[in-house]
Amino acid sequence: MDGAVRHPRNDAVRGSPFGVGRLIQMTARQQREDMLALLELTGVTKEFGAIRALSDVSFSVRPGEVVGLMGDNGAGKSTLVKIISGIYQPTAGALRFAGDHAQIHSPAEARRLGIETVYQDLALADNLTAAENIFLGRELKRQVGPFRFLRHADMQARAEELFDELKSETRAGDYVRQMSGGQRQAVAIARTRLSDAKLILMDEPTAAISVRQVAEVLNLIHRLKDAGIAVILISHRMPDVFAVCERVIVMRRGTKVADKPIAASSPEEVTALITGAKEAA
Amino acid sequence: MSQVHTSSFTNVGRTRFWQRGFLASQSAYVLAALVVLIVVMSLLSPNFMTGGNISNITRNFSFIAIATLGITLVIITGGIDLSVGSTIALSATITSLTMNALNTAQFYPFPGSALAVALVAGLLAAAAVGLFNGLAIAKLKLSPFVTTLGTLSMVRGLVYVTTQGRGTFPAGPDKELFLAVTAGKLFDVVPVSFLYLVICAAVMWVALNHTAWGKHVFAIGSNENAGRLTGVNVDRVKIQVYVLCSVAAGINGIIISGWLGSAPANLATAYELTIIAAAVIGGANLAGGVGGAAGAIIGCVLIEVIRNGLVLARVDPYWQQTLVGAIIVAAVLVDRLRSSRNG
Repeated sequence: MDGAVRHPRNDAVRGSPFGVGRLIQMTARQQREDMLALLELTGVTKEFGAIRALSDVSFSVRPGEVVGLMGDNGAGKSTLVKIISGIYQPTAGALRFAGDHAQIHSPAEARRLGIETVYQDLALADNLTAAENIFLGRELKRQVGPFRFLRHADMQARAEELFDELKSETRAGDYVRQMSGGQRQAVAIARTRLSDAKLILMDEPTAAISVRQVAEVLNLIHRLKDAGIAVILISHRMPDVFAVCERVIVMRRGTKVADKPIAASSPEEVTALITGAKEAA
Repeated sequence: MSQVHTSSFTNVGRTRFWQRGFLASQSAYVLAALVVLIVVMSLLSPNFMTGGNISNITRNFSFIAIATLGITLVIITGGIDLSVGSTIALSATITSLTMNALNTAQFYPFPGSALAVALVAGLLAAAAVGLFNGLAIAKLKLSPFVTTLGTLSMVRGLVYVTTQGRGTFPAGPDKELFLAVTAGKLFDVVPVSFLYLVICAAVMWVALNHTAWGKHVFAIGSNENAGRLTGVNVDRVKIQVYVLCSVAAGINGIIISGWLGSAPANLATAYELTIIAAAVIGGANLAGGVGGAAGAIIGCVLIEVIRNGLVLARVDPYWQQTLVGAIIVAAVLVDRLRSSRNG
């Protein structure tokens, strides 16, 4: 009796060094950008009529940095994410991305800049397959005369590849409506890996999935970081933020009340900041 | 040694071929019902399976089938178009009015020119209705039901105004050609309208299944917001879908007026209900996201076979509506039972 119960998944984890190729391919330009902030917000304010959802928020994210964004419901986290991903326009304030002044008018524009978002509701079409969802809005096409037809097989193969990288048991040809919460999450995350994103925003990616899948998502965030991709993680779950983030930004009632390295903070302090027991840090 | 070896462990089973694709759709169940119905009919009535009758059925369902293809597109996006009946009348009326006007103006530079201009005018009029619907629904965010209920009435009103309620007749040098291309039969057997239907259905099938546009149509129907967030031009696709639906209705209008030899002002009154019924029986889901070209045709054939069969079986034709209504409910019920079983 050696008692060693081998789980097949342990073998799978060792394969496929995620994103290593991309690291090696890093160009001189990207290295220069390392010096600069990737995303920089200065004095961002957002008003909806009489309601001020965000007031004078400034922070920056460096390339490859994982930043936790925390706050209670209504603190302005989602509004902030929607401004960065191009759904809302700030009422005042400015965004800089990769060193350039950025006005992000639409989600498509954010994608072109290299900002990908995993939305809280995942933004999946139930009646399409996983592969079709991943490629929605940027399908692979083949030109035949004046017409462009879908390259089903290529999209399917690329989607399978992405799921392999994520180590997710999700079949590219399955309809999203038949999928579990974790599989749906995997589809939404796989979508962000389609292009060479520089910044990935994740809005509560671990809220609706099982414990094992949470670990997988956190692993994925580590791998994104290794590949030089910055991540902003919006989460209610303190352990997740402390497990993967280098820095935590705390929002309360539309303002930034703290922005400090994880190492210099504690879950207790962050909780106090979120609830307002501690004014600022 | 008690080593557990599960090298190919997976907790997700493969779906069987009959649980996916066309075979798992409502269209397939309705097709099966249709086949049964055809067998029963041919046993009950010796006249059912005759060449003449089949040709008749083919022509009759082609009258509404192209419009059903169009409305299926709209229904897939989660919308509805109640104005198709009026649009059928509008394009028929405009086509025949244009032929009359060109005849009066002695405009006839080459054979077929009057017909070509008239057809373009009829289809443009239909497209204008679709553009109005599409803009109101996509840009002004009006409810599809109310908007198209409005156009149903407006367009019908316009038809009555232009014709003073009397109806019009295609006339002029291209009249024979007009009747040949709308009501003629290929090799004296296949109605040309059926040929148009097959072409339209094939184009629609390719567009829905093999182009990005088709995937966008489905995406809008199942999660419009997801479409917007992923960069799909939702408004443009919606407008296109309503224009296509109206143009499809316009094609049907021209075909019907060719067969009738006239375009009465009350042409195709209440056809929208039959057309929507055919689409729904064929598997288009009014909640959006589900539907297809094959289903639309199957729905039309089923309605026509029932109508035809009841006449041949000398059943009181007033039963027809009752039966079609029962089939709508039955088709949706079967689909409901099936999807609740699959979870």
